[in-house]
Amino acid sequence: MNEILSPLILSRWQFGLTTVYHFLFVPLTIGMGFTVAVFQTAWYRTGRAHYLQLTKFFGRIFLINFAMGVVTGIVQEFQFGMNWSEYSRFVGDVFGAPLALEGLLAFFLEATFLGVWIFGWDKVPKRLHLTAIWGATIGSIASAYFIICANSFMQHPVGYAINHAKGRAELTDIWAVLTNKVALAAFPHTLFACFMVSAAVIISVAAWHLHRNQHLDTMRPALRFGLWMMVAAGALTILSGDQLGLAMVETQPMKMASAEALYNTSTGFNASFSIFTLGTPDGVHELFSIRVPYLLSFLSTHTFDGTVEGINNLQQQYAAAYGPGDYSPIIWVTYWSFRWMMGLGMVAILIAVAGLWITRKGRMPENRWIWRAATWSFPLPLAAMVIGWVFTEMGRQPWLVFGLLKTSDGVSPGTTGVEVLISLVAFTAIYATLAVVEFRLILRAAQSGPDEPTKVDEETGELLHEATVY
Amino acid sequence: MTLPDVWFLLIGLFFTGYFVLDGFDFGVGMSLPFLARDDTDRRVLINTIGPVWDLNETWVIVAGAALFAAFPEWYATVFSGFYLVMLMILLALILRGVSFEYRHQRPEHTWKRAFDRMIFIGSVVPAFLWGLVFANLVRGMALDSNFDYIGSFGDLFNAYSVLGGLTTLTLFFTHGVIFASLKTDGSIRVRARRLAARSGLVTIVVAGSFLIATTLAHGNALSTVLSASAVVTLVVSYTANLRGREGVAFASMAVTIALAVASLFGALFPDVLPATNDPANTMTVQNAASGHYTLALMSWISLVFVPLILGYQGFTYWIFRKRVTRSVVTASAH
Ligand code: HDD
Ligand code: HEM
Ligand code: HEM
Repeated sequence: MNEILSPLILSRWQFGLTTVYHFLFVPLTIGMGFTVAVFQTAWYRTGRAHYLQLTKFFGRIFLINFAMGVVTGIVQEFQFGMNWSEYSRFVGDVFGAPLALEGLLAFFLEATFLGVWIFGWDKVPKRLHLTAIWGATIGSIASAYFIICANSFMQHPVGYAINHAKGRAELTDIWAVLTNKVALAAFPHTLFACFMVSAAVIISVAAWHLHRNQHLDTMRPALRFGLWMMVAAGALTILSGDQLGLAMVETQPMKMASAEALYNTSTGFNASFSIFTLGTPDGVHELFSIRVPYLLSFLSTHTFDGTVEGINNLQQQYAAAYGPGDYSPIIWVTYWSFRWMMGLGMVAILIAVAGLWITRKGRMPENRWIWRAATWSFPLPLAAMVIGWVFTEMGRQPWLVFGLLKTSDGVSPGTTGVEVLISLVAFTAIYATLAVVEFRLILRAAQSGPDEPTKVDEETGELLHEATVY
Repeated sequence: MTLPDVWFLLIGLFFTGYFVLDGFDFGVGMSLPFLARDDTDRRVLINTIGPVWDLNETWVIVAGAALFAAFPEWYATVFSGFYLVMLMILLALILRGVSFEYRHQRPEHTWKRAFDRMIFIGSVVPAFLWGLVFANLVRGMALDSNFDYIGSFGDLFNAYSVLGGLTTLTLFFTHGVIFASLKTDGSIRVRARRLAARSGLVTIVVAGSFLIATTLAHGNALSTVLSASAVVTLVVSYTANLRGREGVAFASMAVTIALAVASLFGALFPDVLPATNDPANTMTVQNAASGHYTLALMSWISLVFVPLILGYQGFTYWIFRKRVTRSVVTASAH
């Protein structure tokens, strides 16, 4: 009973649940905002009606999604104080600064300009209206940067000093926090992954309509756009992921060792990367595995004869440095999440490459299974993304702030298990309900397709019946 | 004046921005059942705040983040101490936020009514609870030596704090109704003026007694002056509304809310949260603050960006300055 009502365990579940949920909407906001801005710029430059149709169509999907990102984000912000008050006391001096920067520099920009964009269609000049969508997009990308700087401080603390009298970390160098090597790799990696997510949605929506032979003049360019975006963003995600891997090995070698379930320090040929393993769930005993020699060495050090430290070795080092305890995360989680992140993302990219080939020079395939596959590929990058975060966050355990504060020491001491249980149940219930509503609304908006050009005034290129009012 | 003092002021400023701006959003949300006769009316009302509610709500996010950065101890104690209260505020804000975006997505009557109800609940709950929270901060709470709250959930609902909650509830309600009269036209505008005349009286009584109670029990010279001025501007707002001077009524109401927040912060200073059980555990501006580096850095950033932010937000309000009318709303697709 005590175990069930442990505030620590419940708080961890709640944080994981609400953050993952927040992050279901954020990638689409970031990626789709950018896409809509690109379409609108194309319309502004060329005046061609189908760009306006695309702007409005994907704009609608973007807005339905956006509301969820906002309301779940506020929960994130309050939760540090509510559930992790010891953590807040310990790092607030450092961690609060990027959060405050995020609010002042990013959220205000985003919220204000998005209001202008939604309601300004027929109220402000075209140029200002275009500026508004770019302002909102830059705001959302900036917010991703600041929150990742905050998160990277937890992965790899820099730019701080410990104040022993106050028992806390204090900021000494904001520049170090904003140029944390983990952040500089994690930000592009996350950003490009966000672009993959929205590319996947565009591909899926376009394929659904093309399969039904409708809205051809908007959905054909949309499909090509989505496919190219997926391939480009995918390539950049992989490149930045490689950089992130190097930063991770340098700052948190235990995470890489756990990602490969590598118990003993290995060099060169033996530092192999297993694509697939059958064994006991904890990864200690291996029954069968497909291995690529040298690959782990290459991923970790960019050389073929590098040495990768093993879990046992690191455990000894950490125990010597930080006192007795278990310093490894849950191995099967890190092992499999690392693979699923890469694997699902790769599949999404391959689908896009195949799609580009199939639809080259205006070809449209007859086979309905191709369209089905394209339509149902939209969850792949999103799943890769969520799983990637699970890897990052759970791979950091038992640390909350690496080397400084354990997760078990960060939880609010005064908050009872019953309280956390109430909030966990409440969030789960409301989030589950909203997820259903949200998904149906997006589906409906996507399936109803763009407004037909009959509604476009040929003279001015304006869409009649602007959707500026609630 | 030390840096922590400056940040105490700035935190007050951010919360003032939040209460003045999102205050009328709450008020408009709460007034839906009283002011609207049909769906078009409801859409008119919602459209008066449509372009701005999100930016108004962002003020609380910034206030919270600034609190976290400048006074981590205060942030940690308040948010964990008011755990279930904060949970209720969060749930309400979630309901309100999605409702604005979702209610117009489908034409069915039942669909719209469901979201109207959520907008109402999502506005009432935070409007009451924010006042409850701030009243408790002024009154003080039971804290241990780590500054963790050691009282019970029930202790948070005492006569003084409930009066504080009713104060923000009535203030925001009237603020929103006056805003509606300023931003609409026709019969709904007339109804809004009449409703503001009635709710204004209740507000004067409730807010007046709360400010008097604050002055008597926790006041100092500064907070007394601020409280008295708040009551004066509240009465000015009331009479301006009676005379049909909507702009003056709204501006005085905004000033009233700002003065009321200022008087609470004035009453707190130099503490940020008095410990009722043991004065040694009291949180003060000095012992709750971050280090010099962080505060100085944030001061520079605020100095540059807050004016910029006020500038572009003011511009937004200017873009959407026109009154929302039934004919504009019915001409649109939804
Ligand atoms: C579409 C999503 C997606 C795809 C295809 C990939 N990743 Fe990723 N990855 C993420 C989405 C993501 C993420 C969710 O965005 C993470 C979580 C934290 C972060 O910064 O990015 C992440 C984290 C993350 C980390 C952990 C960093 C840390 O904990 O310090 C590493 C080492 C990689 N990735 C490496 C890769 C490599 C080598 C990939 C390809 C071969 C790859 N990722 C594909
Ligand atoms: C948006 C992407 C993110 C996802 C999907 C995510 C996911 C998770 C998950 C699953 C956990 C639970 C881990 C466990 O309990 O073992 C967790 C914990 C945590 N994460 Fe993240 N996280 C994300 C980003 C962040 C960011 C940006 C921050 C900081 C700004 C952060 C701070 C934390 C904290 C404080 C905990 C609580 C400690 C814990 O339970 O381990 N997370 N996160
Ligand atoms: C656990 C840490 C996190 C916190 C405290 C947090 C906080 C917030 C808050 C308060 C909002 C609402 C802003 C508004 O009202 O406009 C929000 C939305 C947003 N967040 Fe998060 N967030 C977290 C994780 C993340 C991560 C990891 C990213 C990006 C990589 C991210 C990107 C965004 C974006 C782009 C928005 C605005 C778009 C939208 O509302 O959907 N967040 N977040």
